[in-house]
Amino acid sequence: MGNFLLRRLLLLIPVLWGVATLVFLLLHFIPGDPIDLMLGDSALGTDRETLRDQLGLNDPLIIQYIRYFGDLLQGDWGTSLFSKKPVFEEIMERVPATMELMFGAMVVTILVAMPLGLIAAVKKGTWIDQGSMIFSLLGVSIPNFWLGPMLILLFSIHFDLLPVNERGGLEHLILPALTLGTSLASILARITRSSVVETLQAEYIRTARSKGISELRILLRHALRNALIPIVTVIGLQIGVLLSGAIITESIFDWPGLGNLLISAINSRNYPLVQGCVLFIAGSYVMVNLLIDLLYAYLDPRIRLS
Amino acid sequence: MSRPPGRIRLYSLILLSFFVIPALLAPWIAPHDIGQMDLIRQLETPSFDHWMGLDENGSDIFSRLLAGARISLYVGFWVIGISTVIGVSLGLLSGYFGGWLDIVLMRIVDVLLAFPGLLLAIALVAVLGPDINNVILALSALGWVAYARLVRGQVLSVREEEYVLAARTSGMPSWRVMFLHLLPNILPPVIVQTTFSLAGTIISESSLSFLGLGAPPGTPSWGAMLSEGRYVLWEAPHVSVFPGLAILFVVMIFNLLGDALRDYFDPKS
Repeated sequence: MGNFLLRRLLLLIPVLWGVATLVFLLLHFIPGDPIDLMLGDSALGTDRETLRDQLGLNDPLIIQYIRYFGDLLQGDWGTSLFSKKPVFEEIMERVPATMELMFGAMVVTILVAMPLGLIAAVKKGTWIDQGSMIFSLLGVSIPNFWLGPMLILLFSIHFDLLPVNERGGLEHLILPALTLGTSLASILARITRSSVVETLQAEYIRTARSKGISELRILLRHALRNALIPIVTVIGLQIGVLLSGAIITESIFDWPGLGNLLISAINSRNYPLVQGCVLFIAGSYVMVNLLIDLLYAYLDPRIRLS
Repeated sequence: MSRPPGRIRLYSLILLSFFVIPALLAPWIAPHDIGQMDLIRQLETPSFDHWMGLDENGSDIFSRLLAGARISLYVGFWVIGISTVIGVSLGLLSGYFGGWLDIVLMRIVDVLLAFPGLLLAIALVAVLGPDINNVILALSALGWVAYARLVRGQVLSVREEEYVLAARTSGMPSWRVMFLHLLPNILPPVIVQTTFSLAGTIISESSLSFLGLGAPPGTPSWGAMLSEGRYVLWEAPHVSVFPGLAILFVVMIFNLLGDALRDYFDPKS
């Protein structure tokens, strides 16, 4: 396990370096003058020079690149243009809200997908199976920037059951979590169904049945447990979808998370903050993937030996 | 290839008659001029004259929806075109020649895949500015990756097949082996990928427009229409309902077509 961990960590370095370089290049090859983009064409010459100096844009590109990397490694992610706060600090203030939203979406996903996939598998070929698969198709195809407003229309405006906008108690989390979690739940329901269908045909299930173990116990303790590996794999693979979906969901519900910060930074042309947000989101995605890989290796020894 | 391609024909026919042809003919078949504004009648609910009602500028939503289909089709066509040409070529080269080319390419792929979902497209459009062509550029910059990985994997699995070895030993130039022998044999998964990618591209374009990063304000992109609709959700839900249904419908049919094609090409899956 130690060797595997080391190998995975070493592989991480070029990827993180590539991500940071790409983000750097992105903002340094903007067509036109970045100062124009940030301040607008009508800004005073002295303001432009001050900002240019502040961002170090007068130095050659290679010097800027080395300084950018040095600063990053020392934890200096630059200064947000308007609030004058360190970018990293501003990002960290928003992390809990995004984590809360993603956690909520994950709970929705598991609560919806597991029972749905399980029932569909047990009732394979019946209308229940077909119904759950139609739900799954709809869920994958529905854009979350439409689902969100429709949920608001139904549950907040029409039935007046749930609040919209602002982060608060559990009732504030329900609609955003549903919006973000639906597509993942649909994918997961499909995977759960096919995975359980497959395990239900296994020899050990027949053995369990012949021993007279109750059907419910077989389903939960034998079938679902063994069907979990592909399910966990899909959850891991879809973390990225959740992260990028969070950007849109936060924008719909005015949720004070990272995605909302990124979009408002883009709209106010606060490029140091845009750079920080993109870097942070991509970096944490890479880290989460690493954790998931390690989890597999822990669960399934065959992976770490290959 | 056991199942008859009936489902494939059905879904293709639905897409042609409800999406592609109306999109192509939009300027001629739209019942109203999309630039026509009638501020006195803004947010009017659906009626015989305006099937889907009027938006906040008093423009006909149905006509704008048709124009939006044209934008989705335009973006989808270009993004898929650029992504497949680049992705398939790089995947072929990488899988066929291997070596440093393969190593460099796969590291670039790793870096691009480190950006979850739309993040890189959002960042690119943020610096390039909101414009449909920039959206195409941003989505293609990421879109080719899926094809390159897919084709590379496929090439690796057929590279040692006898017909490829026969072609190589007979002295055929590499490009002919790649394009005449390898490509036709790995085409089915590429076609399936293209179908799913079209669905994904329509959603991505709409997402960017929804965030205000895609089509410039006033353009009748489906995502932009939804974005404008959410500010009048209370008084005029119809402004949001129809563009969303259009996206849902088109994306769902593309997904069904992709499933059908996959079943047809690879009955085992």
